[in-house]
Amino acid sequence: MSGPRPEVLAKLTPVLTRRWLEPDAWRIETYERLDGYRALRKALAVHPDDLIALIKESGLRGRGGAGFPTGMKWGFIPQNDNKPHYLVVNADEGEPGTCKDLPLMTHDPHAVIEGVIIAAYAIRANRAFIYLRGEAVNAARRLRNAVAEAYKAGYLGKNILGRSFSLDVIVHSGAGAYICGEETALLDSLEGYRGQPRLRPPFPATHGLYACPTVVNNVGTIASVPPIVLGGAAWWRSMGTEKSAGPMIYSLSGRINNPGQYECSMGITLRELLELAGGMQPGHELKFWTPGGSSTPMLTADHLDVPLDFESVAAAGSILGTTATQIFSQHDCPVYATYRWLKFYEHESCGKCTPCREGNYWMVRTYRRILSGQGTYQDLDTLLDTCDNILGRAFCGLGDGATSSVTSSLKYFKQDYLDYIEGRKPPLLSAKELVGAH
Amino acid sequence: MGEISLGLPSVLAGTGEDFPEELRQAAREIIDRYPPDRSRSALLPLLHLVQSHEGYVSADGIGFCAEMLGLTRAEVAAVATFYTMYKRKPTGEFLVSVCTNTMCDALGGQRIYDALSEHLGVGHEETTPDGTITLEHAECLAACDYGPVVTVNYEFFDKMTPEQAREIVDRLRNGERPQPTRGARLCTFKEISRQLAGFPEDRPEALADGVAGDSTLAGVRLAKAHGVTAPEYDPTTPIVPEKESSS
Repeated sequence: MSGPRPEVLAKLTPVLTRRWLEPDAWRIETYERLDGYRALRKALAVHPDDLIALIKESGLRGRGGAGFPTGMKWGFIPQNDNKPHYLVVNADEGEPGTCKDLPLMTHDPHAVIEGVIIAAYAIRANRAFIYLRGEAVNAARRLRNAVAEAYKAGYLGKNILGRSFSLDVIVHSGAGAYICGEETALLDSLEGYRGQPRLRPPFPATHGLYACPTVVNNVGTIASVPPIVLGGAAWWRSMGTEKSAGPMIYSLSGRINNPGQYECSMGITLRELLELAGGMQPGHELKFWTPGGSSTPMLTADHLDVPLDFESVAAAGSILGTTATQIFSQHDCPVYATYRWLKFYEHESCGKCTPCREGNYWMVRTYRRILSGQGTYQDLDTLLDTCDNILGRAFCGLGDGATSSVTSSLKYFKQDYLDYIEGRKPPLLSAKELVGAH
Repeated sequence: MGEISLGLPSVLAGTGEDFPEELRQAAREIIDRYPPDRSRSALLPLLHLVQSHEGYVSADGIGFCAEMLGLTRAEVAAVATFYTMYKRKPTGEFLVSVCTNTMCDALGGQRIYDALSEHLGVGHEETTPDGTITLEHAECLAACDYGPVVTVNYEFFDKMTPEQAREIVDRLRNGERPQPTRGARLCTFKEISRQLAGFPEDRPEALADGVAGDSTLAGVRLAKAHGVTAPEYDPTTPIVPEKESSS
């Protein structure tokens, strides 16, 4: 087949991924040769408030799923309050479909550390934590090495680059709990407790880690800071859309020819991304997809031309999330996919809030009944009722996310459910998996 | 006559007194990383440290953490039992995790898990009788662009088939250490647990392992092949915008 059209190729904007082709970019010498720590020198020469203003002006929004304006988050930190301030990097990547932060930390760890130093300087923090997903051992290895290199080079520790600013960075490995990607659960976990979300307010900006003012930023957000400091807000805004500025790493997986990481101007469409990724695999036609991980309502082939930015995806009834674009075909069953995601949420629910803990447990069992050919029409109503009782009724978004695929698959693919209930599709699960379910 | 249980879980009955001084020293090093009055933050790394010694978190391991941090055993046990990576039974030399979350499952992950389970004769979180391999099915491992994935002591083997996965476990049981597709060369479960406790990789050559894979580089390679770049920037662009009206 012919390659992607030039106008689609032009949407590729490698900024955060630009050093990945250098096999040694994880070493400090290579990083420094490729503009590394240049932004830090520039940043330390201005007042911290000017950096907050710059990030505000750039329109940078959080890359961890919620898309909150980063500069505003930094600006919420009270100053001259005589309390220690903390910067915490959320590197607990685990949303099903999401796979952009691990390569960022593995192949360009100094970019994250440089971003950490600049952000900590801006919010006046002298201690920063990178809370890394436990399973990410290779990223941890590279990050810990990079932190040690940065200390040796004088970028971390006391009086950084001869200035009065000091910073210590601790890489803290988690232990396998998806919930710790939720920022308040992450803070509890970092304090040595079970990772369970906190009631807000108060927000982490005033009562975060150790009840002190804390900024929690995603890895991609932090890695965006050095290029913005170098190129300026106007340059950053020259990519993306007015309200969703900058480049974004789209993580494509599933039934496509070339899955992988594609850093593009925000607002690219799935049709264009598919063109970049070599199209659907032979014999596969697009049936459903997630724009930003399993917690975002699934979309269909009718949404191929939705611009993948925060506003447009919301207008289409879903969420941009982490731009983890999982692509499924007619050979994949949306009912089974939802069941499998629900098993994930059931396992990962921390148990604090009853609607999420019990609701997911029972929805998994309802799906088992449907997929084993014993479902009833009433089960479909029960599912929607259960979702109503979870959505917005838990401390954090895990429960909300669990309902996304249930309600969206029922909206777009009710016929698939009816096919199991009415016996047109053979059961996918055997009756033995129903033992103890009811 | 059997013992009468008073309802006190045996997990709360351990003590760390037999743990070696070296481990205590390592624990103190970990605690020193955190702010002085916030030693409890060291609990997760300490539990990883315990696994580096025992291969799992035993009642004695819980007692050890409690003693080092001045916590009750119940406080430690509540945390240890919350997180999936803390194992409650002795773990094999190699923890083999098969992603069976939705995307990997669609691409064959469940078939790989079933094949390994049958081949090894063990189920989820069970260990082969020779103590080599513990099998588990895992939730999303953040490598969907390489699915279906299997990890061995958390290092990635990408785009697996049931046959390839069987070959990997056979080689592990033969004392070989197959090279992961992207991660560093393998070490044992206890050794990787020490790194999880925050200690650096002590094999310099392992740091350079794990070149970026094809999927990771798909976008940047495509851009390079067609001469496409992000808009150029001037690295001397001032951070503070120059005001038009002033001076």
